[in-house]
Amino acid sequence: MKKFVIIFFFLIFSNLINITSFSAEKAATPMSPGWSFKGFFGTFDRASLQRGYQVYTEVCASCHSMKHLSYRNLSQPGGPEFTKEQVKIIASQFEVRDGPNDDGEMFDRPARPSDNFVSPYANDKEATAANGGAYPPDMSVLVKARKGGADYIYSLLLGYDEPPEGISLDDGVYYNKYMAGNKIKMSNPLSEGIVEYSDGTQASEEQMARDVTTFLSWAAEPHLEERHKIGFRAIVYLIIITILVYFSMKKIWSRVESEV
Amino acid sequence: MSDHEYTPSSKFGKWFNDRLPLLTLGKHLTDYPTPKNLNYWWTFGGILTFCLITQIVTGLILAMHYVAHADLAFGSVEHIMRNVNYGWLIRYVHANGASMFFLAVYIHIFRSLYYGSYKSPREIIWILGMIIYILMMAAAFMGYVLPWGQMSFWGATVITNLFSAIPLVGESIVTWLWGGYSVDNPTLTRFFSLHYLIPFLILGLVVLHIWALHVPGNNNPIGIDLKKPSKDTVPFHPYIVIKDLFALLIFLIVFAFFVFYSPNILGHADNYIEANPMVTPAHIVPEWYLLPFYAILRSVPDKLLGVIAMFGALFILVILPWLDTSKTRSAIFRPLYKQFYWFLVADVLILGYVGAMPAEGIYLLVARVATAYYFAHFLIILPILSRREKVLDVPLSITEPVLGGAVSASAVRQKKDKL
Repeated sequence: MKKFVIIFFFLIFSNLINITSFSAEKAATPMSPGWSFKGFFGTFDRASLQRGYQVYTEVCASCHSMKHLSYRNLSQPGGPEFTKEQVKIIASQFEVRDGPNDDGEMFDRPARPSDNFVSPYANDKEATAANGGAYPPDMSVLVKARKGGADYIYSLLLGYDEPPEGISLDDGVYYNKYMAGNKIKMSNPLSEGIVEYSDGTQASEEQMARDVTTFLSWAAEPHLEERHKIGFRAIVYLIIITILVYFSMKKIWSRVESEV
Repeated sequence: MSDHEYTPSSKFGKWFNDRLPLLTLGKHLTDYPTPKNLNYWWTFGGILTFCLITQIVTGLILAMHYVAHADLAFGSVEHIMRNVNYGWLIRYVHANGASMFFLAVYIHIFRSLYYGSYKSPREIIWILGMIIYILMMAAAFMGYVLPWGQMSFWGATVITNLFSAIPLVGESIVTWLWGGYSVDNPTLTRFFSLHYLIPFLILGLVVLHIWALHVPGNNNPIGIDLKKPSKDTVPFHPYIVIKDLFALLIFLIVFAFFVFYSPNILGHADNYIEANPMVTPAHIVPEWYLLPFYAILRSVPDKLLGVIAMFGALFILVILPWLDTSKTRSAIFRPLYKQFYWFLVADVLILGYVGAMPAEGIYLLVARVATAYYFAHFLIILPILSRREKVLDVPLSITEPVLGGAVSASAVRQKKDKL
């Protein structure tokens, strides 16, 4: 009986991970291309992050905001690690509304590294109206806000296809096999060579999808590398102290004729 | 509590202790005679105390940076995750700490059920524990609302709407709870206020829980009354302290795996989407530790009856000491009860599983059967077992089964005859 319950418990536990996998419409299982930031010692690929930022800023950022990030984050350890000078230049390409100044007037000025990422639209309503009624979600924590995380985002970017027979699509609606319901209002954002990588990497669709997903994963979890590093040390420390305490316990309990 | 007099050795100690007997309390806590056969299921009391303190300390720090406002809450959580020094660590400890707290409390409760720790003379300990458990669920639910993500918002909407099932005044009560006509800023601010209050209520109740425990002393795996202190007991310090510490460290290793390597696995992805009253998530699911009750709620077709069933499932636990009247505490000596105990464990796990699934088809059917069985266990099976079950002979002391090898029924009977 006990055994049965334990087996049952494990069955449930293994299911817990897939517990929300009951989408109303069938969406294909996301691809897993393998990510350098997964696993115990996972770290981001610096070059991929920098390329990913380029894809984000040249392609995604025309519709998607990323309001929880600041330009200074781009030079922080564990991120794309642009130099401080590069970040100043990156930031200065954007305009932010500041003020009021001493005359009581609002004014525009170039962004500084301490500013948050400038959003493409003034507000959510404008963003929705400009995109055929579909709000382009903020990308700050997008990877964490989607079941399947990085795998899902990567697959979605490569999941555009001709609709199978029997599925009719309205204007401005596209077929994507990884989207719940298979219908998405974002047109295929990536095409071969849409960006020109400064490091000479071939900008294939797969490469861009991989880079931008890496960048988005970092954006959602900027302290991931630090977390993995501290976590490993914490667990090693805990295991050592657990062993020490175990032998202390055995020693103390040896005074009484009872097992621990 | 003052079953032994204690005189501090130093003059100042004596002066202080005469005015506030803290040193006597300390002495009582270290000497506290504890059964020496407690197994590792008994270490969860200490683990739970640790969990509570961890939640209070991390929560205190989070509250320094969090902004309880419908427009700012989500952003302030992201601010904690990105800009506050080790804010990500504190938040992940707090969020996963809630899950670990519930994992520990469920083990603690089921340990109690297995070894009959709720029975006389420990009914008050049990009832205090149940109040703590109910407050924990309230605190956890409100805490989940604070990040103001989609699941926060819609979870709050679903749960507060339960009160609308109350006849006549239901709608007014819900409006009063919300502080408006929908879940909005006033709801968030009051949930924050209450989320800050409840842990301290729990802390007070934990003190009472431990105080009540120290009157009769711990139950033990064979569930017999012990002479204290005696050969069957060990002083709390250092024996139990070191054992609890060892178990706590093992627990912390599991905890650390969640915090550092899968901090979001127990949460719902939708809660990283900012709350939007205009968009309802496809499936509104509570946190895993509330799922069995959610399943009970949804398995009843009528809203009011569903709410009654859900709260009834909790209340029935409060009166458990009077439903199971068998004099034998430990399931070790109750062969039938032991079987039904494991059926109940399986039943609650099934309820948890179907609680996460959509309430339709086979899941709904399973939820209904499991709900019926849950109530049958407490209302039918336990009272009948208490009267009919043939229990095994219980040893007279802890040392006896140890000295005589395995517990043999005949040996115990012989001893009884001699006595």
